[in-house]
Amino acid sequence: MNFYRYSSPSAFYPLAGTLAPWFGWSASLLAIAGLWIGFGLAPTDFQQGDAYRIIFIHVPAAWMSMFIYLVMAFWSALSLGFNTRLSAMMAQALAPTGALMTFIALWTGAFWGRPTWGTYWAWDARMTSELILLFLYFGVIALRNAIDDDRRADRACAVLALVGAVNVPIIYFSVYWWNTLHQGSSISVAAPKIAPIMLTGMLIMALAAWFYSIAVALVRVRCIILERERGAAWAGLVAEPGKA
Amino acid sequence: MTGFFAMGGYGFYVWSAYGVAALAIIAELLALRARRNACRAAAAARGETASL
Repeated sequence: MNFYRYSSPSAFYPLAGTLAPWFGWSASLLAIAGLWIGFGLAPTDFQQGDAYRIIFIHVPAAWMSMFIYLVMAFWSALSLGFNTRLSAMMAQALAPTGALMTFIALWTGAFWGRPTWGTYWAWDARMTSELILLFLYFGVIALRNAIDDDRRADRACAVLALVGAVNVPIIYFSVYWWNTLHQGSSISVAAPKIAPIMLTGMLIMALAAWFYSIAVALVRVRCIILERERGAAWAGLVAEPGKA
Repeated sequence: MTGFFAMGGYGFYVWSAYGVAALAIIAELLALRARRNACRAAAAARGETASL
């Protein structure tokens, strides 16, 4: 089975169309299950009361904000190394969803911080570097819009994505490197400092966020393929208007 | 049920967090649907449609 044929936009287009609904529906079911655990089964926290339940959206969004950036940087590196259009299109497709996850992480974190730390915001290491991640996403999107030629935009955005990738380990290790407000990791292989039912809910929500991001990115890259590959004279890509 | 909305007194924070997150996700999905309809219509106008 030659998977390299899927590096062609016209070959990947139908594959993405087949996969996207699967990931979308899976994400919906996982989210329902995760929220049921988070709000229905998980008990009230001894220290934080019910405010801790923000964890079920905040941590998955924060994880996805970092993971999507690394995936975007991966496709950017491939696009530069192999001069492939589809790799750059995937990076282009991931940026808006990555920005969304970063925003959700920052917003939900602020509303978790106010009742627990006493403040919506602090210029601590993790929060500041996550905010910079949001600016990097905006920068990649804005740079794309600023350059008319698609292939030049691909290369410029790829370089920006790769340069900005150094921020992701900074976000991750910030709580170890600096004496900072945001708490350290609650999860370790040896002894998780979080009740199992809470951890389960959080992991299911993380999987839901991951599948959601994949589904949205696949639909978006299909749009990008149609927008950019105009005149490639494909037959049979898009159904007749009025049909599925 | 009132306990669900009250969230032990933290209702404002919990529902502000989840509410804006839900709105943002809905906004992304709506924007994506609009983009999809627009580019499919443009592709159809260019004649790049399935020949059945």
